[in-house]
Amino acid sequence: MGSPVVMVIGTWLAGFLTLAILSFLYKDNPFYKLAEHLYVGVSAGYWLIYVAFFDVEPMLIDTFMTETGVEKWLILIPGALGLIMLSRWFPRTAWLSRWPIAFTVGIGAGLGITANLQGYVVPQVEATLIPLSGWNLVSLSNLILIVGVVTTLLYFYFSKPHKGVLGGAARVGVVFIMISFGASFGYTLMARISLLIGRLYFLLHDLLHVLD
Amino acid sequence: MKRSIPLAITFLTGVFLVVSFFVPHEPFGALEQRLLIWFSIVSGFTMLLGVDNLLRSHGRKIGRRNPGWWHSVVLLIGFAATVVLGVLGRIHHGSPFHMQSPFMFVYTYTIVPLQGTMFALLAFFIASASYRAFRARNTVATLLLVSAVIVMLGRVPIGAAISEFFPAAQEWIMDVPQLAAKRGIQIGAALGAVSMSLRIILGIERSYLS
Repeated sequence: MGSPVVMVIGTWLAGFLTLAILSFLYKDNPFYKLAEHLYVGVSAGYWLIYVAFFDVEPMLIDTFMTETGVEKWLILIPGALGLIMLSRWFPRTAWLSRWPIAFTVGIGAGLGITANLQGYVVPQVEATLIPLSGWNLVSLSNLILIVGVVTTLLYFYFSKPHKGVLGGAARVGVVFIMISFGASFGYTLMARISLLIGRLYFLLHDLLHVLD
Repeated sequence: MKRSIPLAITFLTGVFLVVSFFVPHEPFGALEQRLLIWFSIVSGFTMLLGVDNLLRSHGRKIGRRNPGWWHSVVLLIGFAATVVLGVLGRIHHGSPFHMQSPFMFVYTYTIVPLQGTMFALLAFFIASASYRAFRARNTVATLLLVSAVIVMLGRVPIGAAISEFFPAAQEWIMDVPQLAAKRGIQIGAALGAVSMSLRIILGIERSYLS
């Protein structure tokens, strides 16, 4: 892959594909369609190889080949579940695929409890328990942060009508949510523009050598 | 049996994972790691189902000569070439992800530019959407507009050139009100996910079996 000829061919291919995707700004056209379908096909192939090489081969095949004793045979359980998953290809046995699906859903649900509590709820609550000492800008910002978290949570509390104190708090929550959405929108737009600059730099620098 | 066994599997795997989290001793201690490895293996096989679905769908389009069927030919060629190059990379270089592997040529000169440009293209659509969304019709819409403009200006050199206010205000918005709302939403979503997980483990939520 490292030879100059290969790199030149690769750069021209990347340049063509970049322009093909950008051509959608004019209108939907055959070049865009070609690049779009190529992207789907190549990505599917990439992820198939990725999963085979990083998941199935080291975790299943290598473990079976290298381990001894019980471990060697235990690893056949997920292998069997994986094969049972493929029973969806045959209508008569398709119902069997519910077993591995149930297994993955069970793992997802178990992680859904522990990972969400440990990874989100506890750290986020902990980070919100911040000092409000003294009359200074830091304390004011901390107070705004606490009010923002609590009122945002109250806005999403739908078990009671948003009237009275709850309604007032929910309205304050909307203010924080709108500021957050606006900021996230601006942040995302700038990230996308940064990507666009990267692609334009590639075209002008790597492909056309117009820029240094 | 078609429903009770899957429900039992879900219950047992879910409960084992939760117990192994709270009881870090044998036999539960190593169970979490083992179940996660098993999960990765089983998930790996689902990739075959997804790929099969994709290939069948586009194979049918080609077979029926649907409008634009040649796009599906491009997709299938792209897929086949990537897989073949991946296998060749594994055979000749020990890994498809070796830098000298032809598979990495596909990644570097096809996937990276296609993905990058696809996301870059969204800049134009986001900008067009913002033209419609950012209208100061009422107070909260104005807040959306103002915070977005400050963040956008504060993150580029021209913002600092106009006034030092923009970078500082951008930083404060991201660190205080934006973080507050995001944190509130994250806590709410996490609690929702916990309750949904409980419903699944206890067999109340069964839509995944249909």
